[in-house]
Amino acid sequence: MTVVNRAIAGLGLGVAMTMGAIAVPAFAQDDTIKVGVLHSLSGTMAISETTLKDTMLFLIDEQNKKGGLLGKQLEAVVVDPASDWPLFAEKARELIEVNGVAAVFGCWTSSSRKSVLPVFEELNSILFYPVQYEGEESQRNVFYTGAAPNQQAIPAVDYLMENEGVERWVLAGTDYVYPQTTNKILEQYLMDKGVAKEDIMINYTPFGHSDWQTIVSDIKTFGSTGKKTAVVSTINGDANVPFYKELANQGIKAEDIPVVAFSVGEEELAGFDTTPLVGHLAAWNYFQSVDVPANEEFISAWQTFMNDPEKVTNDPMEATVIGFHLWVAAVEKAGTTDTDAVLDAIIGLETPNLTGGIAKMLPNHHITKPVLIGEIQADGQFEVVSESDLVPGDAWSDFLPESKMIEADWTAPISCGNYNTETKTCGGDTATP
Amino acid sequence: MNAILFLQRIALFLVLTLGLAVPAQAQIADADLLPLVDALAPGNFKDREGAIGVLVTTGDQRVVPILEVLLEGELYFDDATGKVVFTSAPSGKGTISDPVTGAELPTLTEDGLEKVKVNNGLRRVLRTAIGQMTLLSEDAGVRRFAAQSILRDADPAQLELLDSAIAAETDDDIQLIMQRARAVIMLKTPEASIEEKTAAVPIAQAIGGRDALNILTTALAGAPAELQPTIQSAIDGLARDRAVWDVAQNVWFGISLGSVLLLAAIGLAITFGVMGVINMAHGEMVMLGAYTTFVVQEIIRQNFPGLFDWSLAIALPLAFLVTGLIGIAIERGIIRFLYGRPLETLLATWGLSLIIQQAVQRIFTANIREVGNPSWMSGSFELGGLAITWNRFYIVIFAIMVFLTLLCVLKYTAIGLHMRAVTQNRRMASSMGIRTPLVDAMTFGLGSGIAGLAGVALSQIGNVSPNLGQGYIIDSFMVVVFGGVGNLWGTLVGALTLGIANKFIEPYAGAVLGKIIILVLIILFIQRRPRGLFALKGRSIEA
Amino acid sequence: MITQALFRALDKKAIWIVAILLAVAILVPASNLLLPTGHPLRLPNYVVPLFGKYLTYAMLALALDLVWGYCGILSLGHGAFFAIGGYAMGMYLMRQIGTRGVYANPILPDFMVFLNWKELPWYWYGMDNFWIAMIAVVVVPGLLAFVFGFLAFRSRVTGVYLSIITQAMTYALLLAFFRNDMGFGGNNGLTDFKDILGQSISAPGTRASLFAASAIALALAVLACSMVVNSKLGKVMVAVRDAESRTRFIGYRVEYVKLFAFVVSAIIAGIAGALYVPQVGIINPSEFDPANSIEVVIWTAVGGRGTIIGPIIGGILVNVGKSYFTGAFPEYWLFALGALFVVTTLFLPKGIVGLIGQYRAATTKREQHDRGDPTPKQVEAGVDPQPNPAE
Repeated sequence: MTVVNRAIAGLGLGVAMTMGAIAVPAFAQDDTIKVGVLHSLSGTMAISETTLKDTMLFLIDEQNKKGGLLGKQLEAVVVDPASDWPLFAEKARELIEVNGVAAVFGCWTSSSRKSVLPVFEELNSILFYPVQYEGEESQRNVFYTGAAPNQQAIPAVDYLMENEGVERWVLAGTDYVYPQTTNKILEQYLMDKGVAKEDIMINYTPFGHSDWQTIVSDIKTFGSTGKKTAVVSTINGDANVPFYKELANQGIKAEDIPVVAFSVGEEELAGFDTTPLVGHLAAWNYFQSVDVPANEEFISAWQTFMNDPEKVTNDPMEATVIGFHLWVAAVEKAGTTDTDAVLDAIIGLETPNLTGGIAKMLPNHHITKPVLIGEIQADGQFEVVSESDLVPGDAWSDFLPESKMIEADWTAPISCGNYNTETKTCGGDTATP
Repeated sequence: MNAILFLQRIALFLVLTLGLAVPAQAQIADADLLPLVDALAPGNFKDREGAIGVLVTTGDQRVVPILEVLLEGELYFDDATGKVVFTSAPSGKGTISDPVTGAELPTLTEDGLEKVKVNNGLRRVLRTAIGQMTLLSEDAGVRRFAAQSILRDADPAQLELLDSAIAAETDDDIQLIMQRARAVIMLKTPEASIEEKTAAVPIAQAIGGRDALNILTTALAGAPAELQPTIQSAIDGLARDRAVWDVAQNVWFGISLGSVLLLAAIGLAITFGVMGVINMAHGEMVMLGAYTTFVVQEIIRQNFPGLFDWSLAIALPLAFLVTGLIGIAIERGIIRFLYGRPLETLLATWGLSLIIQQAVQRIFTANIREVGNPSWMSGSFELGGLAITWNRFYIVIFAIMVFLTLLCVLKYTAIGLHMRAVTQNRRMASSMGIRTPLVDAMTFGLGSGIAGLAGVALSQIGNVSPNLGQGYIIDSFMVVVFGGVGNLWGTLVGALTLGIANKFIEPYAGAVLGKIIILVLIILFIQRRPRGLFALKGRSIEA
Repeated sequence: MITQALFRALDKKAIWIVAILLAVAILVPASNLLLPTGHPLRLPNYVVPLFGKYLTYAMLALALDLVWGYCGILSLGHGAFFAIGGYAMGMYLMRQIGTRGVYANPILPDFMVFLNWKELPWYWYGMDNFWIAMIAVVVVPGLLAFVFGFLAFRSRVTGVYLSIITQAMTYALLLAFFRNDMGFGGNNGLTDFKDILGQSISAPGTRASLFAASAIALALAVLACSMVVNSKLGKVMVAVRDAESRTRFIGYRVEYVKLFAFVVSAIIAGIAGALYVPQVGIINPSEFDPANSIEVVIWTAVGGRGTIIGPIIGGILVNVGKSYFTGAFPEYWLFALGALFVVTTLFLPKGIVGLIGQYRAATTKREQHDRGDPTPKQVEAGVDPQPNPAE
């Protein structure tokens, strides 16, 4: 036997073994309902996503203490897609086909969601996506429990116009789809409101950008023409810490040039001293500081579960909580975890959110949310300065010419994620249920 | 709203009956003042703004501390009674007292208190109000602050008050600020005469910088036609200055970015440049340095809060030790088996970097950790038209110091001599009695230790998370290779060149494209000079 | 002459690898498609694209091995060629979506409608034709490798300098493809594919065909590499690897030898990328990440460089391990992976294949010892017995 023969024999054996290893646990136990948790635990997105994994474990633990679901215990199946978008698709397939999960809670970036969409469609399973995103999507198997642009960006701009009298706008973001779309929507919205084009500055930076000197200095220059200026920041997660540090050190005060951010939450603020940044804003649908009993109860249970009295909560966590509760309610209503039954049952269901309102699952698979504007405080928390009524999530923005005639409605008779209200047809094959 | 109108009427009544002129020093009865203070609590921000206006009209100096506390966001009210109160400690803790009389209020409890909310708009109103009320204060510091706040808002309604303040002012500096404020107000007031406005232009121009540009641009829009050329030429003059300073500012930004690159790369210049180890775990050493800083600060925060300003000084040697020892351990445990196989060090150190990252994530969680700036590293200072932030200033100084120290160590110390000897000719050095394994370990330890020092500095401007090192590793390799492997001066020049080039391209091409252009330039540059900027001459390079 | 070369290539161990790959190309789809569900020998649906993906990774590792293991050029940017091939395929697949996109635009892909683009950028023209796309899969990575290699090898950029500028290349491309203005879908990349050559991309038949195509492509790549390596040119490549200056002094145009290897390698990587995309369902800029390219180097090293079989074993084994560990030990898998790399470099300098070689050398030695035969120990083909400092 030659070397190669042996090597090949070894290879064959190895492949066979791993196939076996992957294939064996399939449907091993039937006395539990499995729930997939698809959040990166390593790589660049681990900073944000690890917390959501813990949130899921916490929620499942709480549900099991209440007696589980349909008389069965819930079991979390945690995998690590390692911030690698193609790996998300592979892991999603593994969760559904190999582990037989009833639903998956996961993804953070749009890329990871886009990567798993075809898998959920093909295998007909359910994904709950808990992060604010750019919209322009409504898929039969996905529920978007984070904010659509109309639940975050536009109310924040309105607030700045009305309360701060802002006339000049810097739209700064990381160069990827969410900021690009949000900024496009905002630019159109601002121009509709009569803001001149030269009063809008748009700036994009790479992921993980760490040298903000030039951009912060440009913002200062842009803001020194006598008109009240504000920055709308769609800068992504970890680039925010150096950005805010630079803002603080270059002395941009919230009273002069307020910065309103859509991706900065309590977790990010924990990364630096917020004293010089008091008054800068963020728009979310949840803040840890919201003073209602449901929230206080949640925070203390969460901190107990994590065994860390300092552990913060944030908006995507609340979105995960809402998604989970809606799923539980839908399964109870349907009496089964069967995908089609749950998809039918969940529309119209309501669950209290953590800020004292009601989250209702809409036919377009988005939910109702209040829009909260908070100002950063010296203790790293936000103080709510404005709170709107419940806003229904709009999958297709009304401010983009391509999508204003498109609506999503997953109830009969339309049953379509991109229904064209002008031609009365369902475009694209996402329509076929 | 009705309540506010009512209160305004009361205030007006008080003002009239007591015959007080508005900003004169005045004191009204506690019983009259208290409801006005309590009016701060209810309603929305607009209501609160009205209530502040009413308080200001009283002219009572006891209002100032209340407004100041409100500005800090530390004013509370009792939910049940609506009474506005002071607390002795921040965040609504400590003893509760009456803001006007100072009397303790034992009947109220902490739990019943709620914060009087402020937002940006309200903060601006408060600053103006405080400025207005303290412009005639006895204390020069307070007056200066007040004058500055008047200058910032330049509300024409304050003109009368300002004039009386200017007349009474004895401090030249403060008077200058007030004169400037007056000039800005003149430019803003439509009724002011052309002469007054013309006189105001040079005074406003003298403020300089973006503030002056801001004021004059605003003024230009509303100015009468005959005044416009004057203002326009002032603006042009300022803009010319600005353009010159902008170039200087870009150079500074470039130096600052360059020094960050230098810090990140200099440890690598030792482990990779001098020893030839393709050390992919270099970034993780930087990260461990940053986490050492975090741990030091955390201990200081909990046990010796007074030492916080010293935290970096304490963290530096510790970080050097921690990462240096880890470096030695890596060298002894892994690298020493791989000499002569440089590419294999890449694989092993890459594996190590994964392990270290994961270990840090398990110990400290994946969340971003807060490393604070000591007070002496916060904020910025002006140097001519340059705004230089303290943290970056100190990082530049620190980078140069580290570089020079390293150079001296290599050049003038015995261990440095040994290091150079071993890297140039191992066998010869060994025959001369140098213990080469020890020197290898020390060199690797030194390179890692310096990476740890860099981590302390970089924690001041960026994130502290398990991925911190990944962000710097590619740039560090670019710098070392661009400068020429094995040459410390090359690393210095390489880092500064890349930093400055980046900052000059960025304004034109944007941050993303700028970075791409720099990378392409590096690739092309290496074609021209295949051994970097400062190539080592001689046979050893062909080895 | 070509038949001769082919014969020489087939003469070697490569024939075994090719035979096994061809067998796999037939058996795996057959098992998946023909056997009824529940049959013990039937491979479940999800396994087919998963192992198809591993095969494309193996092909990428093989491509890298051709330049690194045989020619001594350590490229830290091979992921770029893979990704470009993938993007070319992705563009074809995007155009196949047609009116089934969410905005139902017959020409523009969704992300362009979304970003308000009015017409197709020039480089998207023709990509709806499968064959033009396939030409792009081969030509674009090949051309990039040619231009890059021509510049670099002509000016004699070697060693770490070359490694770092290949890294700079893939990093620059990463940043460029992240830009939405580039017209490649920015960070999200290209996804939501429907059809390939008129067949639904998620149909089991298509999946099985893609798997077979990957196995056959890998077999062809093995043949090609084996042909190159066993030719006279292959010997010169090894000479360049072991003593570049000496080879040059003898009179060989070292830069052309290197350029040839580099371009062939880039083309193989591009084809691997093109096969990868339809099986994974998405291509986005993260494929350009320098870390990915470093991983490819590691697969090759783990399997054993300077051999044909080594990178294939490494590429498959490391990725199977990654798939398994990320599911089984999501919190600890990086420790395992990291330790694997450290241990491999320390104890298996020639990779897994080297381990077999070592074992065999030991047994032969014992046998020789038993027989009293004093022939020196055998050297594994293509692997330098002495560590090579010029790397």
